[in-house]
Amino acid sequence: MAYIDLQNDLPGIRGPMAYSPETGKALNELAEILLHDENNTLTRGERELIGAFVSSENDCFFCQNVHGAMAQYYFQSDMQFIDDIKKDYHSTPISDKLKSLLTIAGSVQKGGKYVTTEQVDYAKSLGATDKEVHDTVLIAAAFCMFNRYVDGLNTWAPQDRQVYVERAKMRAEDGYANMNLNK
Amino acid sequence: MPHINVDENLPGIRALMAFSPETATPMGELANALLRTNEVLSMAERELIAAHVSYLNDCFYCQQSHGAIAVCYLDGNNDLVEQVKRDYVNADIPDKLKALLAIAGSVQKGGKYVTPEQIEVARKLGATDKEIHDTVLIAAAFCMFNRYVDGLAANTPTDLASYPLRAKQIAEKGYGNHIFSSKQPVPENA
Repeated sequence: MAYIDLQNDLPGIRGPMAYSPETGKALNELAEILLHDENNTLTRGERELIGAFVSSENDCFFCQNVHGAMAQYYFQSDMQFIDDIKKDYHSTPISDKLKSLLTIAGSVQKGGKYVTTEQVDYAKSLGATDKEVHDTVLIAAAFCMFNRYVDGLNTWAPQDRQVYVERAKMRAEDGYANMNLNK
Repeated sequence: MPHINVDENLPGIRALMAFSPETATPMGELANALLRTNEVLSMAERELIAAHVSYLNDCFYCQQSHGAIAVCYLDGNNDLVEQVKRDYVNADIPDKLKALLAIAGSVQKGGKYVTPEQIEVARKLGATDKEIHDTVLIAAAFCMFNRYVDGLAANTPTDLASYPLRAKQIAEKGYGNHIFSSKQPVPENA
């Protein structure tokens, strides 16, 4: 049970977002640009995967399942593929460039200073642009916020992972901005 | 040197926001909603939580920036701000704020480090749901801001005299894209 009375029964981050609509709006606008905006050379699937991976590293059940299911939807894969990436992305058939960005994201998860010049140079040698490095760092940093918001207030999360898979199509179509939290 | 090519004349997060104004806008809105209100927690208390978390995350730019903004709201009491950053338990602040700083310190480690006992202590000292909510989200948000700044190795001014000048901008106008689009303050003797 959540540590505070959220005045609603919504799961995960939707509970505190409905409790505090002004901050909820800013958080969803940020998520929209980082994860859903089409004006980006990283695909929606790649960006959701970075979010899912960082959430997994932060051991946030709700976020890793929401965003893992989003990545699964965009990649048109099964759940095992996403789980394999979260567990050990090096041994999965994703591109080397995406692996190098996940390495940067994994460093951000530990702390900003863990990102090394070598990691960034390597990503750039594989074709990553400044904007892609920027977005990777900010997505990873933003999930270090979202994950802490969700778990720091001890919100509840559906335990059936299929629930998240079934909701992914709707979220992919609706996006994050102006999200109907009750839907 | 920053990991990406940003305006070298802008310090810290300001250069990153100028690089990506689309994401800067909601980040500024979030900062205003969390830090520019006196509802239940004062602006000074909110900035102290931000400065403490930034200190724990070892983010020099953010801890100096938000420390300096807190000083603006605390009539220049720099010693108090420095003590809250490093050793709030022995600082001359209310016990309720200490309990909230303990929660913020747990959030800095990870959401699951917050314990029911910490919440209970804060409640007994008068903390409301809204105060606990805002404390958790301020702490969480600075785990983002700090990582954004250091994860891209943003330029960090080492001249401590420059921080109060930027802090004054925030104290007067709040957060928002003006912090990178308007002229940067320069020390009078520069």
